[in-house]
Amino acid sequence: MKFLRNYLNKIKPKFEEGGKLHAFRSLFDGFETFLFVPNDTAKNGVNIHDAIDSKRIMSIVVIALMPALLVGMYNIGLQNAIAAGVADTTSWFSMFLFGLMVTLPKIVVSYVVGLGIEFTVAQWKKEEIHEGFLVSGMIIPMIVPVGCPLWVLAVATAFAVIFAKEVFGGTGMNIVNVALIARAFIFFAYPSVISGDGVWVATESVMGFGADVTVDGYTCATALQHAANNVPLVGASADVLTTNDMLFGFMPGSIGETSVIAIAIGAVILLYTGVASWKTMFSVFAGGILMSVLFQHTLPDNPVAQIPAWQHLVLGGFCFGAVFMATDPVTSARTETGKYIYGLGIGAMAILIRVLNPGYPEGMMLAILLMNVTAPFIDYCVVQSNINARAKRLTKKN
Amino acid sequence: MHRVVKISKGLDINLKGAPAAEFVSIEPAKLYALMPADFTRVTPKVVVKPEDVVKAGDPLFFDKENPEIQFVSPVSGKVVAVNRGERRRVLSIVVESDGKFESVEYKAKDVLSLSAEEVKADLLKAGLFGFIRQRPYDVIATPGDAPRTIFVSAFDSKPLAVDFEVALKGNEEDFQTGLDALSRIAPVCLGIRDDQKSTALNVAKNVKTTIFSGPHPAGNVGVQINKTQPVNKGEIVWTIGAEEVIFIGRLFNRGKIDFTRTIALVGSEVKNPAYSSALLGAQITNLLSGRLDDKYELRVIDGNVLTGKVTTTEGFLGAFSNEITVIPEIMGGDEMLGWAMPRFSMYSTSRSYFSWLSPKRKYAIDARIKGGERHMIMSNEYDKVFPMDIYPEYLIKAIITGNIDKMEQLGIYEVAPEDFALCEFVDSSKLELQRIVREGLDKLRAEMC
Repeated sequence: MKFLRNYLNKIKPKFEEGGKLHAFRSLFDGFETFLFVPNDTAKNGVNIHDAIDSKRIMSIVVIALMPALLVGMYNIGLQNAIAAGVADTTSWFSMFLFGLMVTLPKIVVSYVVGLGIEFTVAQWKKEEIHEGFLVSGMIIPMIVPVGCPLWVLAVATAFAVIFAKEVFGGTGMNIVNVALIARAFIFFAYPSVISGDGVWVATESVMGFGADVTVDGYTCATALQHAANNVPLVGASADVLTTNDMLFGFMPGSIGETSVIAIAIGAVILLYTGVASWKTMFSVFAGGILMSVLFQHTLPDNPVAQIPAWQHLVLGGFCFGAVFMATDPVTSARTETGKYIYGLGIGAMAILIRVLNPGYPEGMMLAILLMNVTAPFIDYCVVQSNINARAKRLTKKN
Repeated sequence: MHRVVKISKGLDINLKGAPAAEFVSIEPAKLYALMPADFTRVTPKVVVKPEDVVKAGDPLFFDKENPEIQFVSPVSGKVVAVNRGERRRVLSIVVESDGKFESVEYKAKDVLSLSAEEVKADLLKAGLFGFIRQRPYDVIATPGDAPRTIFVSAFDSKPLAVDFEVALKGNEEDFQTGLDALSRIAPVCLGIRDDQKSTALNVAKNVKTTIFSGPHPAGNVGVQINKTQPVNKGEIVWTIGAEEVIFIGRLFNRGKIDFTRTIALVGSEVKNPAYSSALLGAQITNLLSGRLDDKYELRVIDGNVLTGKVTTTEGFLGAFSNEITVIPEIMGGDEMLGWAMPRFSMYSTSRSYFSWLSPKRKYAIDARIKGGERHMIMSNEYDKVFPMDIYPEYLIKAIITGNIDKMEQLGIYEVAPEDFALCEFVDSSKLELQRIVREGLDKLRAEMC
């Protein structure tokens, strides 16, 4: 420890104004504050501070994402083995390793591109590096299909970081969720890599891991696509999925979104530490249930409307969105009353889009983006009621 | 029966080094200083020069804007220095005590027979008016104003604060007289805590008493105003500390200036934290001699950990402070990957640490900020410790963006920087909220006055 500290102290002058490596100041600063808590003390204002900081908060979110990521990796291997017809002979561990080999490059690309831009901007604006991208960079690979090419991911990440975050002023100033903008960018610019039925399963082996799928043009639809095509999911003779598959996440889908149980573990971590608001999370689910029950009774001929409410919640990106993306404190409503309205809006809107939009079976992404944009208005109304009460007090007095 | 107000939002930070009930007597300081910066808004005009001989009660400087507000020497002796800083701003006026503690003599008076103007005139002449602050803007009051109400909070809920019942012992009569005097100017509201037993508080006369319960900031006068009679635009209320009320009482009961305060010597680095007494403005040296632990580099705070100012062992007690807190500057510095460690010994309101598991445990907290400044990220952090009917986050944003209309609408007239101290403590984005609020209030006052 001492050695590392001394070494940093030794090279520090090179990064300061006038030093040879001044162009990399933000990088050095980022690493230094990452490795050692700064010894800066309060100059004015309160003399003591709570030990919490945004690094801690962001790392809690990353930890909460881990179960979903790990199960997602295993699921990639599993789906690959099923497609190749070798599911019975492949061990779970090699399935997981295959998933790891497929996912790791995506995570690396997302972090390298995103953090690269963050470092550059921090250097340019002479600011400290903000930690926000640690979370976004982990979420982006988890909400794309396994078949999404790395270059698309890189372009989408760059677009999102620059146009959804940095132009607004960086972490804490963005209006919409950065990771979702990356996904929306792919969705609109390269629809073929994120929709249809050819992208959800990895069909080629990687460095000896996994199996090559020999069927040309292998396709496999997600559960919601099946539902939209009026294929019964459970209970019918041609069972597509079992209830267990839905809960554990052994079905095709974006990398991190499939396993409800893994996401629930993440939700427990976020709620226990208070990093995510239970009000938002709870009301997203409430909104989803209300809307799907409503549709079930009003649209008897729409196949998606007839999916039971609980299945709506466990399929697709609903849980992932509710737990990790709706609760993003920056883009969510910031007032406590507003959080209920915001959450209900997301849940209801997600089901509304699923049921009434014939083009694409999933609605969570658009629902959250839409409510991100609405959140400032919701807060405005809530805060305005406080303003009005104060104004009324004044007129009553006079 | 008095009205009871329960406050649920807030936070009592459990710090090591609370004062024991024992009262230690410490030799009085030799040097005393008055620092004009303590009296927010006042531009000082110094009326003494070094070598001048003064008594307690003789003016040292007055306010240029309102020359009738004068600020007087706390002790008899001779002026030894008028210290100036940048652009000749007066930093402090230092008086060396002659050890006799003589006061200018006034006539003892029956305050209840005086008019408002007479009370004001007496307070101004004796140099006590400068201790009255006003909302809006949290600045020293102006004598020409007619305040709607005068608020006195009879308890300090800040961490390691002086228990006012200890300070009140033996001063009950002066306290009542002080309240009586203030009640001649405007209706007086007294805020007491539900566990305060003293009859001088519970059956104080000529005041409207409200009982508060709950964690800090229940004792902040701003919170008490907001919960009982919130300040509207255009209204002025005055606030004064409970110990300063005793000063007023002494003036009318005995015809003397006596700025003796009960001082708490507290903090994790003070050996045997205790109460003592000292005159306002006393040099700190004697109070702390032989009481400091020297394990770490120390931070001596004039006041409490939330709103106090950094000083040194050679510094002076501020005009409004009645405690000296000593904490470590850096404890276990160069902490590797601290943000990722369990940090069992650290205090946090966040459940990502473990201090919530042991609510009774007392903590030593150092002065490190423990994180970098960020934009506001988490929501609802401030609200949890801010009991007023105000959206703190939005008010702060309005101040940062300089939006005067929004500041007014969101209730800036009701707040003082100290009301945001807890928010600043819990803030994970490490923003300097008290400074931001002070700047907002100054800006607004410049626009309005």
